[in-house]
Amino acid sequence: MSSHNGSSNGKVAPAAYPPPVDSRKEFIKRGLDDEDELIEVGVAIVGGGTAGLACANRLLQLLADDAETLERLGEVPVAVIEKAKTCGGHNLSGAVMRPKPLEELFPELTREQWREQGFAFGEVKKEAVYLTPTSKLSVRIPTPPPFKNHGNEVVSVSALARYQQQQAEDAGAYILTETAATQLVVEDGRVVGVRSGDKGRGKDGEPLGNFEPGTDIKARATVLAEGCWGHLTGAAIREFDLGKDREPQVWELGVKEVWKVTKPLDRLIHTMGPWPLKISSKYGQIGGTWIYPMKNAAGEDLVSIGFVVELEYADATTSAHDLLQTFKTHPLVREILEGGERIAWGAKALPGGGYWSMPKLSMPGALLVGDSGGMVDTMALKGVHHCIKAGMIAAESIYESLKRGSQDFSAYEQAIEDSSVGKELWEVRNARQPLQKGLILGGPLSGVQQISKGKLPGRADWHRNDEKPMFIGDTKDEYVKPDGKYTFDKLSSVFITGNATRDDAPNHIRVQKHVPREIAETWRWMCPAGVYEIPDDAPEHGDVDVIVNYTNCVQCGAITAKGGRLTTPEGGDGPLYQIL
Amino acid sequence: MKICVLVKEVPDAAVEKKLNPSTGRMDRSGEKNLNPYDTHAIEAAMQIKEGGAVPVEEIVAVTMGPDSAVRALHKAVSLGADRSVHLSDEAVAGSDVAATGYALAQTLQREKPDLVLLGQQSDDGECYTIGAVVAEHLGMPSLTQVIKMDVESDALRCERQAEYGYDTVQIKLPAVISVGDAINEPRYPSLKAIMGAKKKPLDSVTAADVEIDASKVGGENSAAQWVSAKAPPAKAAGEIIEDEDTDETVEKIVAWLDERKLI
Amino acid sequence: MANILVYALHYNGAINKNSLGAVSEGAKLAAELGGEAHAILLGENVPQDLAASLGKYGAKKVLVAEGPEGLAQPLVDAMGAAISASDYSYALFGGGLLGFEIGAGLAARLGAGVAMEVTAVRAENGELVAERPILGDSAISEIKYRSDVGIIIGRLNAFEIKESGDADAPVEQLSFELSPHASQATMVTRGEQRGADVDIEGADILVAGGRGLGKAEGFELAEALANAFGGNSAVAATRAVVDAGWYPYAAQIGQTGKTVSPKLYLAAGISGAIQHKVGMQSSENIVAINKDANAPIFEFSDLGIVGDLNKILPKLTEAVKAKKG
Repeated sequence: MSSHNGSSNGKVAPAAYPPPVDSRKEFIKRGLDDEDELIEVGVAIVGGGTAGLACANRLLQLLADDAETLERLGEVPVAVIEKAKTCGGHNLSGAVMRPKPLEELFPELTREQWREQGFAFGEVKKEAVYLTPTSKLSVRIPTPPPFKNHGNEVVSVSALARYQQQQAEDAGAYILTETAATQLVVEDGRVVGVRSGDKGRGKDGEPLGNFEPGTDIKARATVLAEGCWGHLTGAAIREFDLGKDREPQVWELGVKEVWKVTKPLDRLIHTMGPWPLKISSKYGQIGGTWIYPMKNAAGEDLVSIGFVVELEYADATTSAHDLLQTFKTHPLVREILEGGERIAWGAKALPGGGYWSMPKLSMPGALLVGDSGGMVDTMALKGVHHCIKAGMIAAESIYESLKRGSQDFSAYEQAIEDSSVGKELWEVRNARQPLQKGLILGGPLSGVQQISKGKLPGRADWHRNDEKPMFIGDTKDEYVKPDGKYTFDKLSSVFITGNATRDDAPNHIRVQKHVPREIAETWRWMCPAGVYEIPDDAPEHGDVDVIVNYTNCVQCGAITAKGGRLTTPEGGDGPLYQIL
Repeated sequence: MKICVLVKEVPDAAVEKKLNPSTGRMDRSGEKNLNPYDTHAIEAAMQIKEGGAVPVEEIVAVTMGPDSAVRALHKAVSLGADRSVHLSDEAVAGSDVAATGYALAQTLQREKPDLVLLGQQSDDGECYTIGAVVAEHLGMPSLTQVIKMDVESDALRCERQAEYGYDTVQIKLPAVISVGDAINEPRYPSLKAIMGAKKKPLDSVTAADVEIDASKVGGENSAAQWVSAKAPPAKAAGEIIEDEDTDETVEKIVAWLDERKLI
Repeated sequence: MANILVYALHYNGAINKNSLGAVSEGAKLAAELGGEAHAILLGENVPQDLAASLGKYGAKKVLVAEGPEGLAQPLVDAMGAAISASDYSYALFGGGLLGFEIGAGLAARLGAGVAMEVTAVRAENGELVAERPILGDSAISEIKYRSDVGIIIGRLNAFEIKESGDADAPVEQLSFELSPHASQATMVTRGEQRGADVDIEGADILVAGGRGLGKAEGFELAEALANAFGGNSAVAATRAVVDAGWYPYAAQIGQTGKTVSPKLYLAAGISGAIQHKVGMQSSENIVAINKDANAPIFEFSDLGIVGDLNKILPKLTEAVKAKKG
């Protein structure tokens, strides 16, 4: 319950106002339905993003050469459960990808063919890193090691997932789109499958005329590839204590746009602030931007630009969307985007804790891959190749076990540890944590960690994003006013995501509705889709009501980091990203 | 009774549509979905079947489109159709409304349906017309904007929305009925139905299989020729009044409205 | 030289206004092509003077056919017969549901090209070129006809009604045969009114309210103004206020509500965010009242008033009532 402390802008932590949700009770189903009511599959993969589909792709490759094991997996050997209208619809990333894992997954595909397929946009030949000390100045600095990207490929994970979906379908997978997995089914301490979500409920959860209940999907192996922060993954972590002896997970929020531009960008760009961030520990804004050139198969010049901010900040008025819009007014960016046209917008949270925050990656009957498993190297802003690699390793672990007639997949953990995923994340395991003290205080220590390539011993701790006391600051005074042509407001941005959420769909967002203004403002500014609003007549200080326009939600997941919980919406709604 | 439901795969309505720069036509790549209005048609067929007033032997989903159109058929089957027919042929690509209706009618001739149902409009801009074209070729009565339908043994009692109110029309079978979205609330397919859809019979036919005269279909032979596309005329900037003296402001508004004959 | 046959719908002793628009437009285009526009009416005992009155809108002749009213297929037969007997190069329909059905059926009957949702037509080199919006009104496509006859189906309210001052037109009985399938449909009840539904799509004038009204009761101001305008006026609402329960969903305009294109759209307390804009942007005249000078709606309104709607709406209502007398 809220314990209002009579604050006048007095530092309130969202953790004091936890969302009304009980993961284990609501999202774990104890026991399967009867045989004739459920669906049985060999391997159920929850999440049709890069990691989940890589697992499906690899599994089917292995099964193609092993008729016996394939037979044993039954009529539906591999099923992928994806809540968006199509795979890739809810996927978003920068992205510059290290090529090796994708080359391993599809060895016959050349990089030129990646581009013809429309999910890759060119090899990185030139790159630059800048500091932006003011709104007008930019200073080029020598490229720090994590930002060295020569030889990597600019990709769109949204388009890549579509390609992987096609491959998986052609190879015999059942891709169940528009289907949310709302519960993990656990029997005798083991994950035996998942349950798909109901459809046709009204605003208050009541069944409507066309109500269709979900179905239990029984599987010998379940792979949780839900991305950030997985709904079932969260429940699994609590149920199987997967977070024990690990650092808590922390998150970052990225807001991205894709632009059609009048002249090609000749280099990969990263900027590390400070402007427009307030990097002192009082405000705690840590983040940076990327600007990537994309040349698509039609020969058009495009640019991907994004702003990432750690959700560790203390000023409630910090808004990743507005920071991106403001950042675009810097001459460095105007030079690139002016005269162009925005063709896409999106937002997504990502796990920033690195190695020490990764949960235990296996539990009886199930495995975690990709962002669900926290496998993102946020120093280098790289996670796509880890997703693919982890998906492949999961497939191999499951295949090996099932082939032997075993259902113990725990060898997966060591396999990840020994792979490039484990090794690369180990190297930067302590590099980000110092930044929780702010860029000025923490920067040097972070630098030392990076240069030493993780050889310094010890384990740096994280503290949870929602434990940060929030105050209503003045970051918002610096935001540009959207002009609708070069800079944009949240609502028109949500519009172009193709967000088609039913007007009377049930509310999938759990937050307390009456909280101190500091918390309400935190949510209002943080959310890139404008879901949270405060009534005009709410008091300036003290507790206020929160209006939740959940139909705007683009399911980025940020709310889960700062005092709320994103639960699974009805399958088939949300954004429809195509090139993000 | 045999019911055929005409379905169409259309670009997703929520995604911003764009023109293909080289052809000047709508870029139909990207997201595609079963036309939402067609789901109402399938639901109507299912309600007739489940209603029991008349025995329905089968519901057949029929579509004309490229390879990807099978998805619309799978969706139709997951919603209750017993089997599907896919007319897929280079010859029909680019057909306008009239040519498409002709091609679909030929495909339906083979099925000899008692009732043809379809959504009255589609998310890619077509509205109220295909049903009429198909009916003309099949020599069947047709009605569109139907929002209520009761079946008797050889006739339908339909209610349809017209601009001056609601009409009740008695229509003898066989007939072609285009339904509006107010007619029903389509069901959601169960996962079992979705997964079982691929196993239901899907008949792929060519133009020759259904005796389509190739000279009557396709972009080249279509009687309505889409010449080009351009941006709409830019709207002139409007006038802005700051209200200081409300009486004066209101006078100005009334004068403005009067000028344009809006009062 | 080309003649145009224009379909006219009549109901309760009056010609539908979209048909009047089509006749006016047909007359204008026929003149440009050096031909004539003829109108066609089908019904049971169509009053001769009603038919003749179409001359005032430019029809040089009116064909009257005897047949069941309110159904499309008898008109396919009638117009098909007229077009085979005489030389018509185009068939023109004003917006209206029957027009779509008839035009499409006629296209199939004659093997003719058909364009629908047409917003403008022009004469070029002795031919007509039709324009229609596509892609959610973000682009305009042009259509030319390859066939002997071209069929043009206009969008609702697309053609302007214009009296060309001519006298009554000569009326000619058209005899034609009803095809077998056209006799399979029988009208049981025509034009039943169902008051409960709000029909905002057909309204000429819409007074729309948004969050700026402040509370549900704020809609009383909107209703009063709509009543003052009288005639075919209605009240509409944005999604935000429908969600808040201030007004019913049937009145909602916008991305997930209805799309409208009335002659006058008066937006009170509406910011004009794009989700709403897409539902009403093709309204002929847009007037906006909002206290926020930076509201996006002012970027696309024809007349914008920055002020307090609580002060303006009541006074405007009085002024409109007074003007109408």
